[in-house]
Amino acid sequence: MKVRPWRRLRASSRAVALLLLTLLVAPLTLWLASSPASAADTLCLPDDKSACLAGTIRSEEDVVPDAELTVTGPKGFEESVTTSETGKWNVKVTELGAYTVTLDEESLGDDLEALDTVGKTNVAKFKTTRAVVIEVRTTNYSGETSWIEYFTKSAISGLRLGLLLALASVGLSLIYGTTGLSNFAHAEQVTMGGLLGYAVINLGGLNLWLGGLIVVIICGFTGWLQDRVMWQPLRRRGLGLIQLMIVTIGLSLALQYVFQYFVGARSVRVVKENPETFNIGFVELTYQSVAAMLISIVVLGGVGYALLYTRIGRATRAVADNPALAASSGIDVDKVIRLVWTASAALAGLSGILYALVTGNIKWDSGMQILLLLFAAVTLGGLGTAFGALVGSIIIGLVIELAPVAHVPGDFKYAAAMLILILVLMFRPQGLLGRAERVG
Amino acid sequence: MSDHDQSTQLAPPAGAAEPGSTKSDPILVVDNVVRHFGGMTAVDVGHLEVQRGVITALIGPNGAGKTTFFNLITGFDRPTAGAHWSFDGSALDKTSASRVARAGMVRTFQLTKALNRMTVMDNMMLGARGQTGENLFLSWLKPLWSNQEKEIRDKALGLLERFKLLDKQDDYAGSLSGGQRKLLEMARALMSDPKMIMLDEPMAGVNPALTQSLLGHIQALRDDGMTVLFVEHDMHMVRHISDWVVVMAEGKLIAEGKAGEVMANPVVIDAYLGAHHDTDLGDDALLEEGSDMEEQLADEVAEEETSREDQA
Amino acid sequence: MDTVINILNSMAREAIAPQTAAVAIAVIGLNVHFGFTGLLNMGQAGYMLVGAYGFAISVREGAPLPVAILIGLAASVVLSLVLGLPTLKLRGDYLAIVTISAAEIIRFIGRQPLLENVTGAAQGIPGGDYRVPFQDLSFLGAGQTSFGPWNYFNTGVNGWWVRVVAWGVVFLGVLIVWLLARSPWGRLLKGIREDEDAIRSLGKNVFAIKMQALIIGGMFGALAGMIYVLPSSVQPDSMGRQLTFFCWTAILLGGAATIFGPVLGAVLFYATRIFIKGFANATVPDSIMNTQQTEQFSWIVVGVALMLLVIFRPQGILGKKRELQFNV
Ligand SMILES: Nc1ncnc2c1ncn2[C@@H]1O[C@H](COP(=O)(O)OP(=O)(O)O)[C@@H](O)[C@H]1O
Ligand SMILES: [Mg+2]
Repeated sequence: MKVRPWRRLRASSRAVALLLLTLLVAPLTLWLASSPASAADTLCLPDDKSACLAGTIRSEEDVVPDAELTVTGPKGFEESVTTSETGKWNVKVTELGAYTVTLDEESLGDDLEALDTVGKTNVAKFKTTRAVVIEVRTTNYSGETSWIEYFTKSAISGLRLGLLLALASVGLSLIYGTTGLSNFAHAEQVTMGGLLGYAVINLGGLNLWLGGLIVVIICGFTGWLQDRVMWQPLRRRGLGLIQLMIVTIGLSLALQYVFQYFVGARSVRVVKENPETFNIGFVELTYQSVAAMLISIVVLGGVGYALLYTRIGRATRAVADNPALAASSGIDVDKVIRLVWTASAALAGLSGILYALVTGNIKWDSGMQILLLLFAAVTLGGLGTAFGALVGSIIIGLVIELAPVAHVPGDFKYAAAMLILILVLMFRPQGLLGRAERVG
Repeated sequence: MSDHDQSTQLAPPAGAAEPGSTKSDPILVVDNVVRHFGGMTAVDVGHLEVQRGVITALIGPNGAGKTTFFNLITGFDRPTAGAHWSFDGSALDKTSASRVARAGMVRTFQLTKALNRMTVMDNMMLGARGQTGENLFLSWLKPLWSNQEKEIRDKALGLLERFKLLDKQDDYAGSLSGGQRKLLEMARALMSDPKMIMLDEPMAGVNPALTQSLLGHIQALRDDGMTVLFVEHDMHMVRHISDWVVVMAEGKLIAEGKAGEVMANPVVIDAYLGAHHDTDLGDDALLEEGSDMEEQLADEVAEEETSREDQA
Repeated sequence: MDTVINILNSMAREAIAPQTAAVAIAVIGLNVHFGFTGLLNMGQAGYMLVGAYGFAISVREGAPLPVAILIGLAASVVLSLVLGLPTLKLRGDYLAIVTISAAEIIRFIGRQPLLENVTGAAQGIPGGDYRVPFQDLSFLGAGQTSFGPWNYFNTGVNGWWVRVVAWGVVFLGVLIVWLLARSPWGRLLKGIREDEDAIRSLGKNVFAIKMQALIIGGMFGALAGMIYVLPSSVQPDSMGRQLTFFCWTAILLGGAATIFGPVLGAVLFYATRIFIKGFANATVPDSIMNTQQTEQFSWIVVGVALMLLVIFRPQGILGKKRELQFNV
């Protein structure tokens, strides 16, 4: 890889970039007040001559049964429905065109209110189901305590997400630091952890702890094996870093479809039962998510300790700093890199199984979806620095989970990560803990 | 301090001078260029003037900050706030590397930057300034640039001839030896007719037979009116061709003057040789050492790293 | 025997399909990025999507065809500026990270239910909404023409007309790239690919030139997106990262930094994929690999092929081996 200087952008180009960013982001602000749609599964089956409108009425606390809705549409279409026990409703229509769904607020009861009683959709095709969202809240929702509650809950999820991201991104960053490689297949290592968890624990019926341990060991082994049969020989061959990066992209694609080949495109779970919950004050937590956070903290602490105070950890940092010098001072660089691959894959696997436990499901492209977050975290912290990756991950996790508190619709959280990424690159491209590079 | 005569003569002041002394006709004036890496100060140059039309050598032990200084004043790195430098009368601080080059101050790199997967000729042609065909909107109309292209090619052939690379013109630059790549880089820099050329260790790895003729070329450049600033480890060569020598150690300028005087200066010997006080700078023995570029670079890297570790 | 003929026929049909041509154009753009300039654009599909949206939405809202095309191209220019300004002064992998992320985010945003009325959300924009002005331009008339394994309507939704235009654009793209690559500007691109600091030291404005290359390659991407959706519909999920990875496999297959490599690569890529699918379907019993799995199997092969290509023949089919011996 060619070494490039880090140079501050000149003010003018920065201003232009900011302007363009604003252009990019401005449309997002239009939808700030609304939140994402949730698809409903319904019993309405559309066919060649019909389509379905469906939805679930739900407040932030629970689903809302017995709410009354009126659907109006083209050619004087009008039909009333009542939501089921699970808050679901659906209507079959036989004309294409625009439909309006109106919620009768009276039917909600006193403690609920609708944000907007009207939902609109356009049925463009038969044999489809269109989801219509009407949002309902409890009347005391916007109260002071409720906001704090919301904030606290989100902050805890943010921290949890940050810790899980950190497990994966520390490895990504160490691989980058020691080999110079941006490993696009790292996300698949995360997916692999979750899916192996499904295989070993859900299908295989193993105990969660034992199964988890086995998964982490298998994942670590895949890292060892990758370096043994692929990365090390390729380094020896003198393959350029850009080519290596493209190899990781090919690997990422191949792995994604290997997962699909065996598991299919559906979401699967690591444990069959729903997680048990308990309350601390007003915050409801699952035992699994608390365990996941504790495990992450312990493991990350262990990694940090190893990097700072053990011989091999110091050797790793020396290699990350300057492989040529490390080699000349008697460090076995290949051994260090082998260890880094093994540990990184194991950590990513752990991250994957914890992620699957905490979010309740995992699928073939779950890892790919957090890859952007991983890159954002690693860049924010400073490419190649393990501690930077940790800090970056926590920040990204918090930002992502707190974004909805600031009224950013949930699905735009990835855009928020992208925004952070671009801002970091513009104003501090070496990241929070990174260091500028040398020319000449 | 300015004890030289005020006539039209452009020669530098005779004998030794304080570091940072004024020159009669400086082409480059540098003030307060400072660069820290972490806690270590790599470069801290208070004042430096480079005389127009002469060959100035910048010497100093490995890790003295010579390359970093080059990077700073050519826009490849940014100094700490407060730095000012001007080239040929116009300020260069806050200027990008490409504008520095366009102002007429062209550099080469210690770690040669030949464009490996391009031919020697293409490397050379890239050096030429003001090419119409490099404008995206005109580039697809060959008639607009074909004549200029021919002139540039002729000029490149002339330079390649001078640098003994003529028979390599259609080879990939990546297939050249380390020394040949250094030559190519220098020839490429000359394609732009710079006012001043800055060479970072131009002779490292160049075969001794060629060194002689290269020295001749550098002197010829000076005689044509070009200013040359070069970093070199080989004291013999420094003594042979430089009109003026500037010494750096630990980021600072420690001495300046004629080669002979500077090399006799105890401060310089001390900084330069450390323990080897008995060695005469400019001794031929030093010519042998460090003529192998790889070895030298390896040493250099190690040296730099130790100093980096030290301050960490 | 019949299956062999069937497979060969579907390969031949795939080879000249408008979507193959579209990908060839996208790969021509990627070649300007990666092949000539060394820019790691991992989001070419994002450019295609942006171009397709810009074009389809403009036509639907009543813009004349040329204006719609210009809007699609302009959208890609804005994207290039947004992605290029913060990254083009930094090390190459940053552009890779930002482009792959941006492409995904554009797809996410396009899928947003909130944007139902603009992008059609996950359902996308039906082809009928924007295809008509293009079809009206056809001078091939009605009826059907048959030629070897190829038998299509002259105009139609997915007939000869769109094929002729698509391959015409491919030809134009090749011509443009040839003109640019032989010029001093093209030489500058290659110099930047090799070592941009060296080019900077020669007084060239590297940032501006990289930006020009990013914009031009992105415009090819946008154009490719428009052609890609003409015979079908604008489906955000059909222009995801897989499509970007196809482009990469195709360029490495054909040979980066060559003039015809992208076209050859794209054609071979699609024909080969059909071959693998057809072959696996015909030879492996359903109990071992069902149809769904053959599809996935063909993707796995694509991924592995990409890896093997980069490792064992990074110069592709048309590239010069000699050039690659000096990897830095
Ligand atoms: N990018 C960098 N990061 C950290 N330290 C650096 C960097 N560039 C140079 N240095 C340090 O600055 C000092 C001067 O280096 P250099 O300018 O290369 O010396 P010279 O060229 O005189 O041998 C060395 O100690 C080197 O380690
Ligand atoms: Mg140096």
